[in-house]
Order: sequence, then C-alpha cells, then structure tokens
Amino acid sequence: MRNSSFSLTSGTAGRAVAGDASTGKPMEANKLVEKVSIKNLSFFYGEFEALKKITLPIYDRRVTAFIGPSGCGKSTLLRILNRIYDLYPNQRAVGEVLLDGENLLSPNIDLNLLRARIGMVFQKPTPFPMSIHDNIAFGIRLYEKLPRDEMDSRVEQALRRAALWNEVKDKLNQSGLSLSGGQQQRLCIARAIAVNPSVLLMDEPASALDPISTSKIEELIDELKSDYTICIVTHNMQQAARASDFTAFMYLGELIEFGVTEELFTTPKKKRTEEYVTGRFG
Amino acid sequence: MEIYARRRLTNKIALGLSMAAAAFGIFWLVAILWTLLYNGLGALVPSVFTLSTPPPGIAGGLLNAIYGSVVMTLLATLIGTPIGVMAGTYLAEYSRGNMLGHVIRFINDILLSAPSIIIGLFIYGVMVVPMGHFSAWAGAVALSVIVIPVVVRTTEDMLNLVPAGLREAAAALGAPQWKVIVMVAYRAARNGMITGVLLAVARVSGETAPLLFTALSNQFWSTDMNAPMANLPVVIFRFALSPYEDWQELAWAGALLITFMILVINITARFLAGLGSKGR
Repeated sequence: MRNSSFSLTSGTAGRAVAGDASTGKPMEANKLVEKVSIKNLSFFYGEFEALKKITLPIYDRRVTAFIGPSGCGKSTLLRILNRIYDLYPNQRAVGEVLLDGENLLSPNIDLNLLRARIGMVFQKPTPFPMSIHDNIAFGIRLYEKLPRDEMDSRVEQALRRAALWNEVKDKLNQSGLSLSGGQQQRLCIARAIAVNPSVLLMDEPASALDPISTSKIEELIDELKSDYTICIVTHNMQQAARASDFTAFMYLGELIEFGVTEELFTTPKKKRTEEYVTGRFG
Repeated sequence: MEIYARRRLTNKIALGLSMAAAAFGIFWLVAILWTLLYNGLGALVPSVFTLSTPPPGIAGGLLNAIYGSVVMTLLATLIGTPIGVMAGTYLAEYSRGNMLGHVIRFINDILLSAPSIIIGLFIYGVMVVPMGHFSAWAGAVALSVIVIPVVVRTTEDMLNLVPAGLREAAAALGAPQWKVIVMVAYRAARNGMITGVLLAVARVSGETAPLLFTALSNQFWSTDMNAPMANLPVVIFRFALSPYEDWQELAWAGALLITFMILVINITARFLAGLGSKGR
C-alpha cells in the first residue's frame, strides 16, 4: 500500500482516502479504510489542555505509530480511543472519535462493549494475579459462557496467536506472575486478542523489555496487523520506522505531521518533524 | 579528613542512641513475656480447659471464659469484616476523592483511635439498657465496632497498593467495575486484607472495657447469647484483683493464653503479609 497514489500531509490528514468505514464491508487488501476517524479532538486534564484539536485517520488493518517527545500527548490520545481515561475524574475529551462511523465519545456508548472492540496493551506488563489460563479466560468469560474444552481451545488459540503457546503449554496453571517480563507482555497481548477486538492499542509495549523480547513483540505486531488495526505509542523511532505503516508525530499536544511512515522519516514536510526524527531534539 | 572523623562519630552516637531505644523497648516486652511465662506456665494445668470458673477455694478452670471469648470474637469478626471490607472498598474504589469519602475516612480514623471504654458505654446505651440485661450479643456487637475501623483502614490501604495499571488492564478488557474489584483488585490485595482482619481479631481478643459494659461475665457455663457470658479479659480482670490465690493463678493462666493466642495470630498475619509482598 506504500505505492498507492495518495499523499498525506498534516494539513489534509483526516480526510477519507478510500472506502467507507461505516459499511464495515471487508475491503480488498490494498484499499485503505478509515477504521477510526479522530476529528477536532481536544483533551483536558482538569484545566490543562493536553491535546489540541487533533484530526487524524487510523486505517483498518494497518499499524499507526504515535511518536513525539515525552508529554506530547501521544499516550493521552491512545487512552481516549478506548475511553480508559473515563476511570478518572476531571478528565474529559471534546471532539469526535468515530469507530466504524460511530462516535465513541458519545455518552450513550456502552464502555464495556466498546472495550471489547478495542483492546489495549500497556507499557508495564499487567498479568492478573491468577493462572496463565485464567488470565486469558478472564476476558473471554466477560462475553461468552463456554464449556470447558471450548474455553481451553480458545485459550490455546490466543496464546498461539501471541507466540507464547510453546513456552507456556506445560504450565497453564501456574501464576501469570511467574513468567518473564517479555512473556508477561505477550500474555497480555494474548489476553487482549482473546476477546476478538478489531482494534489493538499498544502503549509503549516494548519499552520495559530487553532487545530480544522487543523484537519478538515487533514480529508479533507485524503478524497481527493482517487481522487487527493497531495503534502503537513508542519512544523508539527505530521501532516506529520498523513496525508501522503510518506515523503521527505529535508535539506539545498538537499533531505536527501525519503520513506514511517511510515518507515521514525520509522526507518530513515539517521542520519540527525533521528535527525530531533526526534526533536534533526530543 | 577532619570532617569524615566527625561524621563517623555522629554516626556512632546516632547508632548507639537508637540501639539503646530499641533495647529499652524490647527489655520491657521480654520482661512482660517472662513474667507471664513464669507465673502462668505453672498454672496452665489441664483442668483450665475442662472446668468452668470456680468459687474461691474450689478447683476450677477457664472453660466458660475461653468459650465466651472465642464465640464473641468470632461473631464480632463475622459482623465487622463484611462491613469493614465493603466500606474500605467504597473508600478505595468508588469515592474517587469526593466529599463523602473524606468524611467517612475522617470519622473512621476517629473511631480507630476511640477509647474502647467509650464503645462499651455506647453499646451499653443502645443495647444493654433497652434489652434490660447484659448479653453475649451486646458483647459481640461492641467488639465488632472495634473490628470495623481496623478492617476499613487495612482494606483501603491494601486496595490502594494495587497498581492502577492492573485495574486499567481489567477495565480495558471491558470488565465492569465490580468485576474489576472482585476478580482482580481483591485477588491482588487478598493477603493484605486477610492480615488486616487477623490484626483486628488480635486487637479485640484482648479487649476488656467494652465487654465489662456489655457481656459482663458469668460464673457458670452458658451458651445463651441472650445472657451474660464469661470471657477471658473480664475474668482475668476480676480474678487478678481478688484476694484469693487460686483465682490469681487462673488469671495468670488466662493472661498467658490470650497473649499466646495473639502471638499466633500476629505471626500468621505477618507470614501472610510476607507472602503478599513476594507477589504470591
């Protein structure tokens, strides 16, 4: 899709490029469909405006990376997409975020159903204090009541998908906390995909991991993008360059530039982007 | 070099003072335990566990008092734990720093340090006087009023120690808040919460003042919850002050029993808390 004919600049980011997301029809592999459309989105921590009128498309079954220096609002943006910020008082979002054409900031949205469609993986691995099997089954049980053997096969399927099955198949009853950091993170990814979301949010999923675990997570992301729309926040520009199809560069709560990853890294259109991706500030 | 010599000297003085303070505290603790063992161990004969409290001059034991203490402590824990856990859960998970939460936390802290005799008098006023007699029910309720603030506090503290990331991870899967609390937060905080309940049990099992005004005591074997009931602290109080030597012996035995029980509960609590800190 990198050779397709469109060009995205920060000025026009957000327009629909191809297809109609609201029909939800399966698209041909090369066509770009806006899975999530962020429109004029601002976000407030109390009085502080952490995001300023962000407009940004997120394409179906592509990896979109959010990069920028600390405090630029990239994690904040990610945390709006599944409305996890709702857990805390005094935080509010203004604007529109359309998921398949439906505004997920609307007060009528069922948050639990929304979060079933948009999974999330956090910076620090967060295995629940229960067995590896139950960590995966926890999410599935929220939506489906399955007989035991069917549940077991769903757990296996999720663990295989997260490239963890071979390492844990003999110790499914051990605590999730007994795994190594990298394994814990893959367990969390398995847990997130076990409930069959269509979008997967990853908040610096590899920043707490060693290089080998990091490359495993990156391979996994590449593997998963054929089925999931993935948004990844990262501090690591090489990671963004390696793992993503699109990149959004943010600075001080504003979207500076959005485009095809290759273009954004090689021929950035904004001076700030160039300075950041070449390491002159950050 | 001069400055390093001075620092070493200051360090030695500070170390010496803190060790002296520690030794002073431990000395009295050991002295109490030793006195208890010295006087109580001899009095701790099998009949202590088989006979009820006697009139002076007749062989007897503490069976009725042990039974009463166990029953009232258990009942107080059964009443106080659910209330305490739920209130602590509200404070940690639901109040979100609102006014009601602050008020409850403040009142709970006052209750936590309220003299137990005041709690005894309060239950005397609301239960014993209207019912017209002392009763084991009143004793258990008075003790539960002491259990509640301890459990509220430890439950809240332990839930606050559960990383926010864990709750976010559960909520991000679409779990409703009550499931996040019951299936994830409680699990993560379980050992700490059990420790809190055990510490509350240890605290009430030695309380005397609230029982004086509520359960009073009973010279005889009684399982009637509507009648006064014997219990170790009040029996110790009465027997230790009596002029009869055999009563005083029994008081020593009872004191040793309570201390030993509290010691066991505390060690269990510490053990569980230790398990918790190792990430289960």
